[in-house]
Amino acid sequence: MHKILEARFLAENIKLFRIEAPRIARKRKAGQFVIVRLDEHGERIPLTIADSDTGAGTITIIVQGVGKTTKALNMKERGDSIMDVVGPLGMPSHIDKFGNVVCIGGGVGTAIALPTATALKKAENYVITINGARSKNLVILENEMKAVSDESYVTTDDGSYGFHGFVTQKLQQLIDNGKKIDFVLAIGPIPMMKAVADVTRAYKIKTVVSLNPIMVDGTGMCGGCRVIVDGVSKFACVDGPEFDAHVVDFKNLADRNKMYTKNERVSLKHFEHNCRLDKKINEIKTMND
Amino acid sequence: MAKLTAKERMQISRHPMVEQDPVERSHNFKEVNLGYTAEMAIEEAQRCIQCPKPTCTMGCPVSINIKGFINLVAEGDFSGAVKIIKIDNALPAICGRVCPQEEQCEQSCVLTTKYKPVAIGYLERFVADYERENGQVAIPETKASTGKRIAIVGSGPAGLSCANDLIQWGHQVTVFEALHELGGVLVYGIPEFRLPKEIVRQEINNLKTMGVEFQTDIVIGRTITIDELLEEEGYDAVFVGVGAGLPWFMGIPGENLVGVYTANEFLTRVNLMKAYQFPDYDSPILDCRDKNVAVFGGGNTAMDAVRTSLRLGAKNAYIVYRRSEKEMPARVEEVKHAKEEGVQFKILTNPVEFIGDEDQWLKAMKCIKMELGEPDDSGRRRPVPIAGSEYITEIDIAIIAIGNGSNPLIKQTTPEIEIGKRGTIIVDPETMETSKKGVFAGGDIVTGGATVILAMGAGRTAAKAIHEYVMTKPS
Ligand SMILES: Cc1cc2nc3c(=O)[nH]c(=O)nc-3n(C[C@H](O)[C@H](O)[C@H](O)COP(=O)(O)OP(=O)(O)OC[C@H]3O[C@@H](n4cnc5c(N)ncnc54)[C@H](O)[C@@H]3O)c2cc1C
Ligand SMILES: Cc1cc2nc3c(=O)[nH]c(=O)nc-3n(C[C@H](O)[C@H](O)[C@H](O)COP(=O)(O)OP(=O)(O)OC[C@H]3O[C@@H](n4cnc5c(N)ncnc54)[C@H](O)[C@@H]3O)c2cc1C
Ligand code: SF4
Ligand code: SF4
Ligand code: FES
Repeated sequence: MHKILEARFLAENIKLFRIEAPRIARKRKAGQFVIVRLDEHGERIPLTIADSDTGAGTITIIVQGVGKTTKALNMKERGDSIMDVVGPLGMPSHIDKFGNVVCIGGGVGTAIALPTATALKKAENYVITINGARSKNLVILENEMKAVSDESYVTTDDGSYGFHGFVTQKLQQLIDNGKKIDFVLAIGPIPMMKAVADVTRAYKIKTVVSLNPIMVDGTGMCGGCRVIVDGVSKFACVDGPEFDAHVVDFKNLADRNKMYTKNERVSLKHFEHNCRLDKKINEIKTMND
Repeated sequence: MAKLTAKERMQISRHPMVEQDPVERSHNFKEVNLGYTAEMAIEEAQRCIQCPKPTCTMGCPVSINIKGFINLVAEGDFSGAVKIIKIDNALPAICGRVCPQEEQCEQSCVLTTKYKPVAIGYLERFVADYERENGQVAIPETKASTGKRIAIVGSGPAGLSCANDLIQWGHQVTVFEALHELGGVLVYGIPEFRLPKEIVRQEINNLKTMGVEFQTDIVIGRTITIDELLEEEGYDAVFVGVGAGLPWFMGIPGENLVGVYTANEFLTRVNLMKAYQFPDYDSPILDCRDKNVAVFGGGNTAMDAVRTSLRLGAKNAYIVYRRSEKEMPARVEEVKHAKEEGVQFKILTNPVEFIGDEDQWLKAMKCIKMELGEPDDSGRRRPVPIAGSEYITEIDIAIIAIGNGSNPLIKQTTPEIEIGKRGTIIVDPETMETSKKGVFAGGDIVTGGATVILAMGAGRTAAKAIHEYVMTKPS
């Protein structure tokens, strides 16, 4: 059992948790993730380690509620526990002194990009961050990103805050303005990562993306997380999750991630039904009290 | 009861296993084999002619005193019988169920040539079940503490049997397991209908009672390295029993289509994550109901996967295997059960391509017919494709069960441990010691995918050597 020491929403539907996991806290490096299982009936899902505190023995995860497990997790509060947390998994980000780097986070991808951006800053790169969201109320970690950046931008699809447009438009603008860019890290929805790869490919800018295939064990045993990189199958949980964006087969990843769409809808409905039942039972209980 | 003569013994015919009806069982996950009654066990035991030189024991990888235990079964002393087995095999309820007896103990039984062999496996299972079901499992005594600490990596049969011996000799034993459940392939691979998880759980509980400490959710190499176990966490020795958990692919086009599983993933989702109880359990699996499912391979894993798919409702469940049935490495009983349940065997058939639709969902497989040519390195006749014999079969789900390589995690993080060509750990076969001092290894990570009993045997061999090592090591 891993106790939750802190839980707070960063934006609508996106919640930060600080949880007890001393062994993982000591070991983790930027770019690595954990697999969590909430309870006995739970699924195993991967979540990036956004931060850690070796002294306190805690790790931080930032979770966007998209389906059953993430929504159930986001209902947890300080003092609650998570049954299983295993990690740190995956290869750490490749950190080097590249020169000028651009770290792009889209949506909850910003939380995944933050630790690597921090490490890149520490390695004495000139760090530019582009923090993209659909709309102002969904922007997360603005100050945290700014703190590790030499230049930072927020973009919103609807123009409600910061730069009006997609992260790729901001990136293109930087390139057009003659900024020399040596390395790009892009983490977010698959179409965003693909779009970034398409932009940088033309300029031969080394670009890395963090892939999010469906995982089970996270140790290389099941092969479910395989992605096609440069025509070869790779296991994202042990060989990745970061890969060279210019040779990733994004279509295959997107298609494979839709594998359980039907089941996921059933699961969510089942969950919401049970939540409503719980609420009803509680209401009846309070009425009787 | 008067003693039977050898002749009378040989006239008793082998007692078949009592099984669930094939049609019924192909729709449930309950155990297929129901086990002997006490009367059946005694009668079956009476078939043993108590050879002066029992060859059966030579066929058992851990040299169980088979003659001795069967003699007690014949006398109705079931608890006595199980005690004899447990001298050499800590997990008889499991081995009695999953050992390939027809290639081991039973093949070596003298009755095999003229009659059917004594049902050694069924008897082993019977006495172990008897002991457990009657609450008679005695927890072995443990010797006074030696103060030595041993770390075991992996909770499969190799790790468990190693822990079982070391704890009895008075060492402090901690087992580290990457997954959230203990038991290795016994829980995530072999299905409930062949090996009820409750049995594995009870065996592990016995180890806990004896004082073995278990830590789940720890990936050695990631959460802690072997060097850290030895240098920082103060362990005196480490046993590596991490299994062969890296699924192989066939390298044909279309293997990444949606609907193509490895057997490891398919079975893990069903057994470990209980996807057959979705949505009460959260992990999903593709709906097999009324679907055509093809499983590639001819081993136990393939049989487990194909029979699982039937239980999940598959309309047609195929085994696609490139050699002939004779070459199938699966236990004979599993092949028989699969056939009875309605699995269709496409032997001498090799897939060459998976075909998908525009959304990359699997739609069909293209296969080619094979014929047997000259024997290959394994002594089995090599299958060769028959030119122009390709054909297409519609399938919805494919499950690849052609074996596993070794997981590279330990190698990556402990480079001092020497690795063979196929990624397996190299050990001294007498002691199971690796090239790194104080680190021992055994089971599938050393042999490549093998059997439960061989993994257990290796765990015990290592335990003996570890004991000697820690007791003579200057601290
Ligand atoms: C390496 C890695 C790091 C990640 N880091 C984060 C993070 O820091 N914060 C965050 O909010 N999300 C992260 N994700 C995504 C997160 O794992 C999924 O959102 C989550 O699994 C969805 O589960 P669900 O039950 O809530 O939703 P579901 O309704 O079950 O699924 C929604 C979508 O999530 C994906 N998904 C479902 N199950 C899994 C699974 N077992 N493994 C991976 N993806 C799955 C599928 O694409 C699916 O269509 C990461 C994914 C990976 C692979
Ligand atoms: C589906 C299937 C059916 C089978 N059927 C039979 C059968 O009928 N009869 C038979 O005799 N054999 C059968 N086998 C083979 C048999 O199960 C194996 O040979 C045996 O389990 C090997 O035991 P092991 O202890 O070496 O490894 P495993 O049982 O593989 O256990 C290894 C354990 O180590 C853990 N681990 C791996 N890496 C790490 C790490 N870095 N840190 C911590 N823990 C780690 C794994 O999660 C796992 O729990 C079958 C195998 C499969 C897959
Ligand atoms: S352990 Fe296996 S091989 Fe040995 S006697 Fe028992 S069933 Fe036979
Ligand atoms: S070889 Fe067969 S008959 Fe002889 S002792 Fe062994 S089990 Fe009995
Ligand atoms: S999640 Fe199973 S191999 Fe990567």
